[in-house]
Amino acid sequence: MKYVDEFRDGVLAKNIAANIASEAHAGRSYRLMEFCGGHTHAISRYGIADLLPANVRMIHGPGCPVCVLPIGRIDQAIRLAREQGVILCTYADTMRVPASANLSLMRAKAQGADVRMIYSTQDALQVARDNPQREVVFLAIGFETTTPPTAVAVRQAAAEGLQNFSILCDHVLTPAAMHAILAGGVEIDGFVGPAHVSTVIGSKPYEPFADDYGKPVVIAGFEPLDVMQAILMLVRQVNDGRAEVENEFTRAVTREGNLKAQQLVAEVFELRDRFEWRGLGSVPHSALKLRPQFAAFDAEQKFMVEYVAVPDNKACECAAILRGQKRPQECKIFGTVCTPDNPVGSCMVSSEGACAAHYSYGRFRESA
Amino acid sequence: MSTVKPAYTRPLDFKHGRIDMSHGSGGRAMAQLITELFAAAFDNPYLAQGNDGALLPQAQGRLVMATDSHVVSPLFFAGGDIGCLSVHGTINDVAVMGATPLYLSASFILEEGFPLADLRRIVESMAQAARAAGVPIVTGDTKVVEQGKGDGVFITTTGVGVVPDGIHLSGDQTRPGDRILLSGTIGDHGMAILSQREGLTFSAPIVSDTAALHGLIAAMLDSGVQLRVLRDPTRGGLATTLNEIAGQSGVGMMLHETAIKVNQPVEAACEFLGLDPLYVANEGKLIAICAPEGADRLLAAMRAHPLGREAAIIGEVLADAHGFVQMTTRLGGRRVVDWLAGEQLPRIC
Ligand code: SF4
Repeated sequence: MKYVDEFRDGVLAKNIAANIASEAHAGRSYRLMEFCGGHTHAISRYGIADLLPANVRMIHGPGCPVCVLPIGRIDQAIRLAREQGVILCTYADTMRVPASANLSLMRAKAQGADVRMIYSTQDALQVARDNPQREVVFLAIGFETTTPPTAVAVRQAAAEGLQNFSILCDHVLTPAAMHAILAGGVEIDGFVGPAHVSTVIGSKPYEPFADDYGKPVVIAGFEPLDVMQAILMLVRQVNDGRAEVENEFTRAVTREGNLKAQQLVAEVFELRDRFEWRGLGSVPHSALKLRPQFAAFDAEQKFMVEYVAVPDNKACECAAILRGQKRPQECKIFGTVCTPDNPVGSCMVSSEGACAAHYSYGRFRESA
Repeated sequence: MSTVKPAYTRPLDFKHGRIDMSHGSGGRAMAQLITELFAAAFDNPYLAQGNDGALLPQAQGRLVMATDSHVVSPLFFAGGDIGCLSVHGTINDVAVMGATPLYLSASFILEEGFPLADLRRIVESMAQAARAAGVPIVTGDTKVVEQGKGDGVFITTTGVGVVPDGIHLSGDQTRPGDRILLSGTIGDHGMAILSQREGLTFSAPIVSDTAALHGLIAAMLDSGVQLRVLRDPTRGGLATTLNEIAGQSGVGMMLHETAIKVNQPVEAACEFLGLDPLYVANEGKLIAICAPEGADRLLAAMRAHPLGREAAIIGEVLADAHGFVQMTTRLGGRRVVDWLAGEQLPRIC
């Protein structure tokens, strides 16, 4: 993994930082949103805010899969595990997301629900193979990056005739969320576009944001230096009065994206009419469900667990944070009642969540 | 003339045999397991006393006692197994107190059906680790639980050692200006376990760093440098251990990311699984904090020992009412290095 270090080189970072500082006009501010939680994490983890001038501000976006799941979706998974006795397989991050009745998947597990932490969809399939007498449900969450592996798993389950396997599909779409953000009227001067997601969907889906909304988009790789370079490119676009989709991550992202992956996803999934997001509300055509021919693998249908909307904790500002309207430190219970060990909202759970990232990496700034 | 035949017990079948409930019953089967396996492997005069407890000679100095349970899964991993791990772990807990480890006890919880061949491998690995460290296992216990109620074998070891006069190491003694030293790379043990569990294969295998550190610690104490505290950053990794110390002493810390070494396959595996090596367990590394003037001498003493060859000064202690452990990143920014939230990696040791 030699290449990892090359892209984290401190000297290069200082050079880019110097360019940003000299090119950003002192008279104006630059409000840039990094859509993706991976970038939020990189910015916090590497202290990138320390390298930016005060008038270039990063606003954390909603691109964190567990952050945008509303409480009702976690409730659904918990109900499946507790009431239907299924083995519920989930990625680690989702385990601690607060749900209704003071529960989380982790707490449900402690109370006897069979919840298993897995690292890949293949693990979930294996659990199903190993437990033929039990129903196994995979809680499928995430943006366009995690969708293809879920599609593979569903196809594999169909091919193997794994009748005890199904998925609770909470896969969501990046461009739809960006539309919702802009429709919400947040002041944003440009977007740092996601890395992994864009390798799948390509840069084309971002073109309406530049053409119709006049917002520059620069797709950036996941390394901290990529993010810094993208910030510099955004500052330049703003200065020039340009609004284009630029690609900093040319080593992995093309305009068309990964057509094979897109095809695979299209074969297994179709658009939901609407999907409720935490923070963004009910957004049309913003999520996926299984196509009718894979209905046997759809846990929502198989077990008839309906989605019931549940309001967020009153004190929690996750919704405004996910819309880019507030910062974590503006939440009254940030760092007191709500901490990574006792998260009240979803943004405090995953290391990609804005609150957790600020708590874990950035809160020394307020102590100064 | 008596017609009673002399007692005969068929030796244990270490090839195909398995643990059954009788091995924990307190009867003959258990006695046989103890004699043919544990006593034979651990072989030392204290164990040979054959009593319920070991009678030990009088020791000079203050006593240190530490205990540690081991539930690692898988039981066998690159670089070690639950057996040697359980010996090293407890020796290290005693040694980081500045003590010379003297004796160990070992307690086994075995699951019905566990292969005797695996048990023998584990016990022999323990015996070898104890012998190599010069710390005998002087007493022990065995219990058997029904199938499905355990996971092969759990091992609890307890260690006793003595601290020479004049040495007092404790987490509450660090003060601003002190230097923080680390004996080598981080994350090796945790990622060895996890990559094996996840079936990840990398160009170079990840090998656990499990090792007994009392030799290295003796060399560090011999250097004459005034040590404030020693810790082995096991579960929760370097980050968690430093936060513990910062909390105990009421200080802050500033680490330097570029000084903290991570082996490349470990880094690759962490990237892949989205983990931060700062939070991944180590089983053969230690953190030392000392006054600034002794740091270079201590570093030299560490590097002169095989287990400290890659030692480095990784940061310093600061005055900070908030007790933040911070780090200057490779990029030149700053971040907090927080406590680990939740359980990232269950059953790592
Ligand atoms: S600090 Fe906690 S409660 Fe407040 S917005 Fe963030 S996640 Fe919600």
